[in-house]
Amino acid sequence: MGELASDIRRIAREMFDGKRIDLLVGFEKGSDGYRSRPVFIESAEGADRLTWDATCSQNLAVYLPSLFRREPQKKGVESAPPRVAFVAKACDMRSLIALVKEKQAMRENLIIIGVPCTGVIDARKLEKVVMDRAGGAEVTELVDGEETICVHTADGRNLSLTREPLVQDACLDCQFSVPQGADVLIEGPGRPVGDNSGSLLKEFAELSETERWQKFQGEISRCIRCYACRQACPMCYCTECFAETNNPAWIGVTTELTDTMIFHIVRIFHQAGRCVECDACVRACPMGIDLRPFTKKIAADVRELFGFTPGFDLETPPPLVTFREDDQQGFVTEPRKG
Amino acid sequence: MSEAPVNESWEPKIVAFLCNWCSYAGADLAGVSRMQYPPSIRVVRVPCSGRINPLFIVSALQSGADGVLVSGCHPGDCHYLSGNLVARRKFALVKSLLAHVGIETARVQFSWVSASEGGRFASLIEQVTEDVRKLGPQRKLAKVL
Repeated sequence: MGELASDIRRIAREMFDGKRIDLLVGFEKGSDGYRSRPVFIESAEGADRLTWDATCSQNLAVYLPSLFRREPQKKGVESAPPRVAFVAKACDMRSLIALVKEKQAMRENLIIIGVPCTGVIDARKLEKVVMDRAGGAEVTELVDGEETICVHTADGRNLSLTREPLVQDACLDCQFSVPQGADVLIEGPGRPVGDNSGSLLKEFAELSETERWQKFQGEISRCIRCYACRQACPMCYCTECFAETNNPAWIGVTTELTDTMIFHIVRIFHQAGRCVECDACVRACPMGIDLRPFTKKIAADVRELFGFTPGFDLETPPPLVTFREDDQQGFVTEPRKG
Repeated sequence: MSEAPVNESWEPKIVAFLCNWCSYAGADLAGVSRMQYPPSIRVVRVPCSGRINPLFIVSALQSGADGVLVSGCHPGDCHYLSGNLVARRKFALVKSLLAHVGIETARVQFSWVSASEGGRFASLIEQVTEDVRKLGPQRKLAKVL
């Protein structure tokens, strides 16, 4: 158990003992040695289950809207909303701020335990390395170090792997590795600021129109419409998704290619000014569809056109509910005559 | 999405979302003034350009439109004061995202036409029709059953 994990456990115990919280959302060890899973803890005894290491990759903010969503209540007999402690990496923290801004979580009922992040590992990358080096043996334990990751396998092998090649893509260009605005910030190393040149996006944008279309179509054609991307995304909290309404039935529910493409185009558009580029959608995809060239586009456009980066302060309104009179409108068609 | 040869007599079908207060009245003025413009548009009247959901645009393309035009009041002239200004931000992102995934930029166009600009409306339609005609039938997002 690392130092961060023991700090988190200690703080959790203190909070439960002081009756400051009803629930804590964090991570516990997963059934595979190289995965962690979200855990919801309701008492100090449960605090020992908490963990923290490079396998804590999910964005936990996805659970917040459902914790605070309640049925309409009878006047005078309303039950109090839960007081929740929330273990947050920087990207979870940013999603949380975006959710609070959209009134999907109550900041006053949240105690945020911020944990600096050195980049989480990509389970798929690790699986591949373990496949190559240990024939895909079962990983029983993973010990996270500064520059190496030690993996113990069920057949008794110990692999020492360089950390950086295993870090997930989203972390490589991470700009904010320390959560800002947490109530309790655990001391620890952050990740150096990553590449912000947007090279992935530039590379894609330099392709011809036909190539871009072929790539988009190629990626999306593998989609099986399981909606894992949507379920994993903290900002996709609508109780009824446009993809599933039947009045109006915007798109068909099958894997017909145009339906699938429209689902992804519109879902990505809906993330405008809200996406914190945590790549939860990419991690969740069972088909390994790389949505990054498209999700990053909408985030980059919002930054460029409206100078907005989501997930920092609660005061700035989201870019699509506001406007400026001098917003650029070079895209507008001006008829040549008349 | 089969590659059918472009028929000689093919005319583009363009879905035009016009706001009730400016562009729709502009279209009306073009009509009552007997101005000529291509019969390529299918008008959908909306209360305000702020009513446009990007789903309207992609749904039109999926239903077989060769192009989509969205037109509202000039910035500052919105009947609801700021509907078109809020919409303008959405439009900028939609246009950019669709272009990014490889849909021709001229397929989806946005413009401002006031109630007094019948001439501007006629030439806008002429221009958009020409742009779309050059691109040929839209097959990328059209659903063929």
